[in-house]
Amino acid sequence: MATGYAPPSMYRSQEGMGIWEHRGKVAAVGVGHSPTERRWDERPETSVGAWSIMALRNAIADAGVSPDQVDGLVIVPATTTGAFWPKDKPLPQDVINSFVQTDDPLDGIAKLSVEWLLKNMPELTNINYSVYAPVCMSNALNVAAQAVGDGLAHTVLVLKAWHNLEGRYYQGGQNAQESIAGTSAMTSLWGAPACYGTALQFAEYCRKYGKDHDMMTPFIINSRRNGLMFPEGYWAQHRPEELTAEDYQLARWIAKPANLFDNDIPIMCAASYLFTTAERAKDMKQKPVYILNHADSDAVPRGLTPTLEEVEAECALTGRKIYEGAGITVDDLSFENMYDGFTQFHQFHIEGLGYRGIELGEALDFYQTDISIEGPNPVSPSGGNIGSGRSRFWMHTDSIQQLQGRAGGRQITGVNAEIGVSGGPMPLGGNYTVWSATPD
Amino acid sequence: MKQGVIPDDLTAPFWSAANESKLVIQNCSQCDRLQHPPAADCGLCKSGDNLEWKEMSGTGRIYNYGVVHDCPIRLLQDDQPFNVAVIMLDDDPGIQMYSHLPGTPVDDVPVGSAVEVVFEESANGQKIPEWKVVK
Ligand SMILES: [Zn+2]
Repeated sequence: MATGYAPPSMYRSQEGMGIWEHRGKVAAVGVGHSPTERRWDERPETSVGAWSIMALRNAIADAGVSPDQVDGLVIVPATTTGAFWPKDKPLPQDVINSFVQTDDPLDGIAKLSVEWLLKNMPELTNINYSVYAPVCMSNALNVAAQAVGDGLAHTVLVLKAWHNLEGRYYQGGQNAQESIAGTSAMTSLWGAPACYGTALQFAEYCRKYGKDHDMMTPFIINSRRNGLMFPEGYWAQHRPEELTAEDYQLARWIAKPANLFDNDIPIMCAASYLFTTAERAKDMKQKPVYILNHADSDAVPRGLTPTLEEVEAECALTGRKIYEGAGITVDDLSFENMYDGFTQFHQFHIEGLGYRGIELGEALDFYQTDISIEGPNPVSPSGGNIGSGRSRFWMHTDSIQQLQGRAGGRQITGVNAEIGVSGGPMPLGGNYTVWSATPD
Repeated sequence: MKQGVIPDDLTAPFWSAANESKLVIQNCSQCDRLQHPPAADCGLCKSGDNLEWKEMSGTGRIYNYGVVHDCPIRLLQDDQPFNVAVIMLDDDPGIQMYSHLPGTPVDDVPVGSAVEVVFEESANGQKIPEWKVVK
């Protein structure tokens, strides 16, 4: 049976849908990670396939279930950070030979199928539901929560893995060519890097509200600090360096007003979570973290890049959808773990939530107050992309661990961890999950 | 220097108009709605049956800009840093186009100013719509 993509009906994209029908009836229990690495060293045991297996097995062990209890898989088949296996490069035969293959020799190396995982994880004997989600863990979490709630499976592993290959980010392919096709030329001829759209929104935000780039500094420093207390993350594992105000403010520009540290750092890693019914979760090894709602943003900008007006409207709508389906208000949030890669859209997300009462144009002033994990208003306790590299899943791992009381050095202490929200990536086109320590 | 352009089926009318120093944008005559970049279907009615190319007045405003210091495109790297602005067309401010703003100093961009279209040669001689500040 070929695995297909989850249908649009599994996402909660609209306002006015009311409280999620499975509120509090689905729980995350197990968390599993692979190590991190900046780029693949081309050994079989560090391939994206090997690390996916490791993350899945870690999640199973963490939840304390046996592999044959797992009956569902929700994975993101795309694993690229932007790097693709070069057409003229010989296939890594020793890596391919180390695993049971599918028809696609790059399966498990530069992409990932359910078929490949099942061939290489013979202990998963009872999978009778599998589905793909595009791009991000955030997306897969929404699908997995809905699948468990709908009864399509009762014990589901959710997986996102990333491969990163040698060479500089996005410098190959058509970007290295003398001429390009007319359709992509419409948008790419001007050489705007990936952070450009967000940088422009930030520039307009600063002009509109009288803010400046340096006001981001406390947020950046706080996020790296939190990341260095995330033992699963890239900076903690490989470069345990704090960031200073000078580091941030004097960093080279990529697309001004976005500098090096406003960008994300692509890395290799994999993570998996075990989702199950609230009922089954009671008998598992870790404290269940209940899902109160999931929400999806499917807005499309009218022009080439979203305007500030479009971004603010969409983040406000997302905030309303998040609260409506969860049956909570902003006052119920113990913490927020919205995405930060790029750094310059984090303020749009938290203003959309109205986190701690902030309104449009106030987030950068809020960053000047105590936003640490020890304070009353923790901002991005996971440290996000800034703190641990670009996986787009640290915020989910952190939210689960915070509510289980096992976030270690990152455990928030200024407030009790009762309800949190995580998600992203971009303000237009993100997926969000509301997590709770209790089912009601 | 901008990369050359190899027109494809979807975009050929845009690029041949540019070679005649004309700016055309895709329009759905059913919805009376412009869209850019062009697509196989109208973003509103989702039909491709009523798409046509409409000539623009060639005037607009600078909506916003950034300064690119680290560009992924090899041919542009010698020109770093350079402005990349977003132009909103007077015909419909919902339609945006990128511009290097030839003649405007780097990071000294008059946001909100009026601009007019000019046509600039790329690496393979294909002309590209660009925008200059109206003095
Ligand atoms: Zn139409």
